[in-house]
Amino acid sequence: MSSLTEKDSPIVQLLMNTGTCPRCILRFCCVGSQELYRRPYKELMRDLREFLKNNEEKEGTVCFDEVDPPCKRIRLEHTEEGPDDLNHNGALQQIPSANDENTEMKNSVLKICNLCLGILQEFCESDFVRKVCQKVNSADYQFTSFVFSVSLPPQLSVRERAAWLLVKQEMGKLGLSLAKDDIIQLKEAYKWIIHPQLSEELGVPADGKSLFEVSVVFAHPETEEECCFLATACPDCFKPAKNKQSVFTRMAVIKALEKIKEEDFLKHFPCPPSSPKNLCVALEIQCNNGAIFVAGRYNKYSRNLPQTPWIIDGERKLESSVEELISEHLMAEFKADSFNFSSSGREDVDVRTLGNGRPFAIELVNPRRIHFTAEEMKGLQQTINNSSDKIQVRDLQLVTRSAIGRMKEGEEEKTKTYSALVWTDEAIQKEDIAFLDGIKELKLDQKTPLRVLHRRPLAVRCRIIHTMKSEYIDEHHFRLYLKTQAGSYIKEFVHGDFGRTKPNIGSLLNRTTDILELDVESVDVDWPPTLDN
Amino acid sequence: RICVITLAEAHPLLQDGKTITSINYQISANCSRLQNKVSGKSKRGAQFLTELAPLCRISSSDGEEYTIYSCIRGRLIEVNENILSNPALLQEKPSTEGYIAVVLPKFEESKSVTQGLLTQKEYEEVLSKRLNSS
Repeated sequence: MSSLTEKDSPIVQLLMNTGTCPRCILRFCCVGSQELYRRPYKELMRDLREFLKNNEEKEGTVCFDEVDPPCKRIRLEHTEEGPDDLNHNGALQQIPSANDENTEMKNSVLKICNLCLGILQEFCESDFVRKVCQKVNSADYQFTSFVFSVSLPPQLSVRERAAWLLVKQEMGKLGLSLAKDDIIQLKEAYKWIIHPQLSEELGVPADGKSLFEVSVVFAHPETEEECCFLATACPDCFKPAKNKQSVFTRMAVIKALEKIKEEDFLKHFPCPPSSPKNLCVALEIQCNNGAIFVAGRYNKYSRNLPQTPWIIDGERKLESSVEELISEHLMAEFKADSFNFSSSGREDVDVRTLGNGRPFAIELVNPRRIHFTAEEMKGLQQTINNSSDKIQVRDLQLVTRSAIGRMKEGEEEKTKTYSALVWTDEAIQKEDIAFLDGIKELKLDQKTPLRVLHRRPLAVRCRIIHTMKSEYIDEHHFRLYLKTQAGSYIKEFVHGDFGRTKPNIGSLLNRTTDILELDVESVDVDWPPTLDN
Repeated sequence: RICVITLAEAHPLLQDGKTITSINYQISANCSRLQNKVSGKSKRGAQFLTELAPLCRISSSDGEEYTIYSCIRGRLIEVNENILSNPALLQEKPSTEGYIAVVLPKFEESKSVTQGLLTQKEYEEVLSKRLNSS
């Protein structure tokens, strides 16, 4: 456990006199003991003053022992309550002389730290913790851990830099150095203090990998202008903002601070930084759960149902859609903000999807509920199936984000089988279509069909019809079963699309043909895993 | 809305006795419809057609030459190359495989283009009037 030693004394004195809070002082003394930061504010304040007093008494004595006499160490076992003696000098350039007894005893209002602007002061207290937890609990999320992310105002980095320069200068006088990286980061110290408190009140651990995020944005309007001088000093770090947000982002400010020369910095920014009149404000406390993915396979039994909502100029052309019929119930159960529906290919409005159905996945954004047992998923599946006879789902299950990739690869690589009802203008006999059964691996050249040409680029697609099987119905009708490569346009293969798909059933039979009905018989993707239901 | 340009029912080339000898998409020294290249969804690079823009010239064995016009405004998407190799297609299946060209009007003009056309019925009336007056 690291602690303060004699050589830290001038720094502690300096920072305390210039308006820095005890925890920030500990940070600049590179104290890495988390426990120390968690101690109550008043105790830390008192212990620091004690430490200073003790070192004053011993002034002049040079002592570089490994083990310092106990009186020089900051005491960790302090139990008495001292007087409220939080009195900082609101000093600017002049560094006043050592603390005098009288000022210590004075009761005064808590001075806001000039480095953390209150983050390591007020915002570590139980009041704030309670406020955050209230927000979390009222938002009604289901979670087993949390990650607490904090957004700090950029001017904190500027003030930190000023303080470092100040301390570096002082230490230089003593022949010592202080590496910037040894200083404890404000955010890190803040999390050391607040995580255990949040964890206790929420009843779950803090975990960097957690999907449940509680985020707080801090702002300090009073000092917002402090970053502006960086824009003149390092103009290329600050690109004009795309939206209305400030151009002084944390990243931009940090980048500029790395570039600016020490002398220039000191010219434009007070060192030590001034004491603020106001605390930071916690602008927003927000909760967000990572997305959840639900996958399954759907059957479509309607010839009047689009896959996604069909809306033109704000007017809905056809009632409902596959994605809405499925997502409606999922959104209600998972209590999500929104969803993203994707599937392994899709079919036209007037095409049915039979057989095992088509694989799909739905991303539920910011769900409030995340835990569902297999039983509950089964129940959800049943609910969806009971609500509509136009679609049915199966194998409904929770999957990971990476699973989507498997589904999309199915769209481009895997085969599909279809059944088409074909009409011919000129009469046919059984013998006329029998030869189709023997055609294997038929190569097609399909120009972009006219029916989609307004929204797709003009191109020629080579696709393969693997196998075919025909079933004679009458002189003008037969049923055609085909197994094709992914991405084949079946309708165009049947009617020829003005001769732009070659060969086509019409050209093979030497007749004028058209397609009356099309069904997807199977989508040959073995994902998602089949469930026993 | 995609438009397919085809020969009208009553076109001389579709009447008995006409044999097509050649179809030429080179309509001027600088412009061949065969060189039309489009790219992307918005069909950039397409030759822009006005109503009187020629698509092709067709010659018949009796020495006549017919110019086929676009009749609508829009981007030329493609011309039918199948009729170059098989001119009979144009007469056998003028409304399907024997089409001349595919044109895509501007989205905003789509409605006005459609309204400027005749329905099948209206066309038949025009034809019968023509017959009666001759």
